[in-house]
Amino acid sequence: MDMELFIKYGPRILHGLWVTLELVGISLAIGAVLSLPIAMARLSKHKFLNAISYGYVYFFRGSPLIAQLYLVYYGAGQLRWELQDIGLWWFFRDAWYCTITVFALNTAAYQAEILRGGILGVPKGQLEAAQALGLKPLVTFFKITLPQAMVASLRPYGNEVILMIKGSAIASVVTIFDLMGETKLAFSRTFDLEVYFIAALLYLAVVEIIRFTWERMDNRLTRHLRPANE
Amino acid sequence: MEQYLQYLSFGNDGWGDELLYGLLLTLRLFIVTLPIGLVLGFLIALAKRSEKKWLSLAANVYTTVFRGVPELLTLFIIFYGGQMFLQFIAEFFVDDIRVDLSAFLAGVIALGFVFSAYASEVFLSAMNSVPDGQSEAARSMGMSWLRTMQKVIFPQIVRHALPGLSNLTLILQKDTALVSILALNELLRQTQVAVGNTKEPILFYSVACGLYVLLAFLTSIFFKQVESWANRGEGRA
Repeated sequence: MDMELFIKYGPRILHGLWVTLELVGISLAIGAVLSLPIAMARLSKHKFLNAISYGYVYFFRGSPLIAQLYLVYYGAGQLRWELQDIGLWWFFRDAWYCTITVFALNTAAYQAEILRGGILGVPKGQLEAAQALGLKPLVTFFKITLPQAMVASLRPYGNEVILMIKGSAIASVVTIFDLMGETKLAFSRTFDLEVYFIAALLYLAVVEIIRFTWERMDNRLTRHLRPANE
Repeated sequence: MEQYLQYLSFGNDGWGDELLYGLLLTLRLFIVTLPIGLVLGFLIALAKRSEKKWLSLAANVYTTVFRGVPELLTLFIIFYGGQMFLQFIAEFFVDDIRVDLSAFLAGVIALGFVFSAYASEVFLSAMNSVPDGQSEAARSMGMSWLRTMQKVIFPQIVRHALPGLSNLTLILQKDTALVSILALNELLRQTQVAVGNTKEPILFYSVACGLYVLLAFLTSIFFKQVESWANRGEGRA
């Protein structure tokens, strides 16, 4: 490969990779926190909560991430004066915060569905046993239901992490210099297709590392669920 | 409010017809890509089951690559790489020629590759879920290979694969929005143009998101119908 190219753009592209990981990490963490109340609302018998959370999930899973990003990023510009009035303009003016907001809201919808599936998968007997032991509903949820639901959701969670890493490339369209953004810049200056292939390899490496780690984690965390003779 | 309706109206003052044009192009992109991705995905699933080592290895590498690289990056590589490749081929035959790969075609190829990589996994597990005894029984009843495939194996594969394919189809539909980056005038791109002219991003991007959600809704209804049709032979209690 071209040494000159490597020296000039190598560090920038690696920094872009770091930005990608940061973006995905922060968004996933915020999304995880948000997903819990959304999943609870989806499961609740309260009609209003149910409808709202269903609509939320349907919107974020039904429309493209890139369109959602445009809506918030450019939409915030239109609401500039209103946002200034309530003192939030500094936040929405920044492409980085906008992107994290959209990514977090988006992954919260997906994570809520994963969590909901996991919670529904916990056998009823577990709850009855908890009740028989006199555990309060809140304790039952956090000590009995949630841990089991999270173990059951491990695999889909892993997929969501990978989808987020791939999806985060979209951040480059609103001036974020993540891995994709730095690569696009390098390409626009060199017209050397090699930089795109290098970016592809980096994404692939990250995704494969996560897949591998996740598999090991899944194996370890579910070892008590396998038959003894296996 | 009246202002908004005017923005969305059809005709010279409104952007309704432009958005509709974009929506139709989005649908065209989607409808052209889907069958290509399905056929390719099926063939790749067959390759994964092949006894030839190199063939199943190649199919697995294909899946790993297209499931691990962001769709946006795949799109850029196909668009610019395809362009350079075509140019190279054309210059080999004719001097001083300029060829372009259309954004539409690049979108079909890139999204088709990505779709087929995911679809091959769905087809593979559907194929594995049909027991060998099924084809053995069909053969022992004197059915030819083709007839066995057509009447016994394939309907079962389709039944098992449909829920997974339905999900992938919804993802494909959303991924068509990425081709707007290559300045293809599909729904999202038309929306951007409308925003550029009217300075009404909230209105237009909300409408675009709403249209995508509507498409997803209609597609999921369609797949529910197909699924219940495919399951018509299944016994129900």
